[in-house]
Amino acid sequence: MSGIHVSTTINGDQIDYVCEPEETMLDVLRDRLGMTGAKEGCSTGDCGACSITVDGRLTCSCLMLGAEAGGHEIGTVEGVAQGNELHPVQQKILDHAALQCGVCTPGIVVAAKALLEKNPDPTETEVRYWLAGNLCRCTGYDKIIRAVMDAAQELRSA
Amino acid sequence: MAGNQEFDADRAQDFRVVGTRPARPDGMDKVTGKARFGADMNMPGQLIGKILRSPHPHARIKSIDASEALAMPGVKAVVTAEDFNADAKDRDVLTNIMARDKALYEGHAVAAVAATSRIKAQQALKRIKVNYEILPHVTDVDAAMQPDAPILHDDMFTQGLDEKPAKPSNINARHEFGHGDVEKGFAQADIVIERDFKTAATHQGYIEPHACVANVGADGMSELWVCTQGHFHVRSQCASLLGMDVSRLRVTASEIGGGFGGKTTVFIEPVALALSRKAGRPVKLVMTREEVFKASGPTASSSMRVKIGVKKDGTITAGEASLNYQGGAFPGAPADFGAMSAFACYDLENVKAVAFDVVTNRPKGAAYRAPGAPMSVFAVESVVDELAKEIGMDPFDLRLKNAARDGSKSSYGPKFGKIGLVACLEAAKAHPHYAAPLGPNQGRGVASGFWFNFGGETCSNLNVNEDGTITLAVGTPDIGGSRASMCIMVAEELEVPYERVRAIVADTSALGFNDTTEGSRVTFSSGMALIKAARKAKEEMCKRAAMMWDIPAEAVYWAEGAAHPSGPNAGDFEPMTIEEIAGSAAKTGGPIAGHHEYNADGAGVSFGTHIVDTEVDPETGYVKILRYTVVQDAGKAIHPDYVEGQFQGGAVQGIGWALNEEYIYGEDGRLQNATFLDYRLPVASDLPMIDTVIVEVPNPGHPYGVRGVGETGIVPPLAALANSVSAAAGVRLTDLPMSPPKVLKAIGATKLAAE
Repeated sequence: MSGIHVSTTINGDQIDYVCEPEETMLDVLRDRLGMTGAKEGCSTGDCGACSITVDGRLTCSCLMLGAEAGGHEIGTVEGVAQGNELHPVQQKILDHAALQCGVCTPGIVVAAKALLEKNPDPTETEVRYWLAGNLCRCTGYDKIIRAVMDAAQELRSA
Repeated sequence: MAGNQEFDADRAQDFRVVGTRPARPDGMDKVTGKARFGADMNMPGQLIGKILRSPHPHARIKSIDASEALAMPGVKAVVTAEDFNADAKDRDVLTNIMARDKALYEGHAVAAVAATSRIKAQQALKRIKVNYEILPHVTDVDAAMQPDAPILHDDMFTQGLDEKPAKPSNINARHEFGHGDVEKGFAQADIVIERDFKTAATHQGYIEPHACVANVGADGMSELWVCTQGHFHVRSQCASLLGMDVSRLRVTASEIGGGFGGKTTVFIEPVALALSRKAGRPVKLVMTREEVFKASGPTASSSMRVKIGVKKDGTITAGEASLNYQGGAFPGAPADFGAMSAFACYDLENVKAVAFDVVTNRPKGAAYRAPGAPMSVFAVESVVDELAKEIGMDPFDLRLKNAARDGSKSSYGPKFGKIGLVACLEAAKAHPHYAAPLGPNQGRGVASGFWFNFGGETCSNLNVNEDGTITLAVGTPDIGGSRASMCIMVAEELEVPYERVRAIVADTSALGFNDTTEGSRVTFSSGMALIKAARKAKEEMCKRAAMMWDIPAEAVYWAEGAAHPSGPNAGDFEPMTIEEIAGSAAKTGGPIAGHHEYNADGAGVSFGTHIVDTEVDPETGYVKILRYTVVQDAGKAIHPDYVEGQFQGGAVQGIGWALNEEYIYGEDGRLQNATFLDYRLPVASDLPMIDTVIVEVPNPGHPYGVRGVGETGIVPPLAALANSVSAAAGVRLTDLPMSPPKVLKAIGATKLAAE
């Protein structure tokens, strides 16, 4: 088996890796690069726990091949906080206790940040539909929605 | 269950930390992606394990030939049933983790491979030849109880009958609970309603699939990293299944991505250990989502009949339930819990609940949040709703008139202690939600629910560090923020800031045995253990201060995080802070610690009442949830955010059960919807905000009054939704889930009948 050499940018860092043709971007992140923030909940694009951004666009990394990342800008949960400074979405999730087990949280963080970059003033319904691709089994979404709305407000007033 | 009188009402008057909402200690790692869950661990030199599963729902395994697989490059080990301890304590678990003579459900493990990569392991699975003799199967609970049904276990003779049956059957056991004379009670009733109900099997639906990494050394020294609700239980089961000493196996609980009861037993863990033992290298094993659906432990499906009689004044004269639960291919459907819970919300003179635990060719069930209760309570609360309408009484008034109260004889035997059902019903009735207007095609439903709660074996440690900060070690995996609650309770007890306390979940080598995180027990049991540990540490610190002051220990008391002389007679000393005492510990006797180990009693039962408004689209049968309110007794909310979170999460799981979720089996006995696309968990856009009201009726069995809150929240929603949808649709719905086709069919049938 000969691997495919990929040159890409992840969270602003130039990264090179070799992967097999059948490996997903999620496999590459988790198994080759040790970036385990994105989680595999389903591998069918239904749960959103593996959410990343590709050139700013929200994507399930389990539905993308590792070989496809070449030349693109990949964003993962590991790149959301700037050093020790949390993104408002992260801070508000903590403030609102908008997590229980926390396994969906990385995907929610990535997805919510992508929403607010696209739509800084979403309605509750818009937040709910945007996050409909991110399953959370613990919280019933209530506190998550409140946290994202609150983060949106803070970002607008910043 | 009585338990000790632990609650201190005076103490509860001036909580300073309890009831606040600080950030959880594991939060930062979880929002940044650093937290390590089951599949986030790798060990040096690890292999990847994969499991070969039966494609047949019922088949005799005539032979397994793995020689071709073993000959493949990169394949290091294959295990089958022969690689496990045939004398293991729990024979059902032994047979479930790896099929022995028969595959009993689609997805039943038959063999497993460890190879140098996932792809190689997957390829190797295809080269293992299993010769099956296909047998007839049964997946429906009622069909499985028929005399001519295919029999799963030749040695299953129904338990709980007066006489042992002559022939084996799929009915493992009959359970009966109740008191009085139901026939007499029905004769006294003005109105008797009897209905049949069905609920589908549902899955806990945790987002994190089962995952573990096992390492067995040549000397037998072994370690296991695993996402589990109970690592001590995993240790004990795995040691037995592998035939090894408990002391040889050290189990570390990873962060856990949801469990809800589904991670209280073992599936892949013993397999990973067996592969590692055979290969001599660490083995990582992670389930796919399809495997989670087909081969972990969903909850029971049910078929039920409930009959309740009521007088025109609203007195319930008798209640009777007959419950058939199938729990998959092995005994253990929570039929007994269903029967015990069915009428628990009522103080009845005549009550009887009979339940059957039935096996079918489906995966072996596991616990799911208040196991067994949501189904039977759905049936009972639906009939109660209908009776209220029949006699023209407000559904809350009917419930209040017959509600279980302090000292009531429960429908399952013991007398209730101090309970909060009436408080919940009254709070719900008074809630603005209940008075809000409804529009066309809209309906409102209410229902109550109950759960026992559990105490259990618990061992917790508290260490006062050399700088006066506190480290806690608990043996109960934190599944929803419990570490924060532990820190709060200890901060309260020692009167130190929350930030000075840190709680960790210790591995199995660091503490004595702890029961699993289940039964809504952690904040109650581990919390009480830590309060007692903190009291011991306080006493010790007072002693150390006394030693340094050279006064009797009795003349020292603890307040504001410091030792104080009890009065001028004791001596004129400035208070000695925890930092000072800890800093001089070396001179006064060494490290300061507290610990407590016990089998916790007095968990205190829990009740809740839900209100839900829905709108039914008469064209499509689609149900939209307009408003939802949860009222539940928490005893005392230690960290209210996470109490609300339990209420909300439980309610939404119940909503999924009521409206969307079901295991769908084909004629071929195979699961038709083993993906999150086809097995539909509620998503954010399906739901409104879930309002919560925390009722606090202190549990006498806990120093701060805590009752478990984790499970009760899933009990009322099935009936609340059924009552709401039935009101909106104008027809009684008795079959869950109330998916659009079913609702539409029910509406159509009434229309047809009207024409």
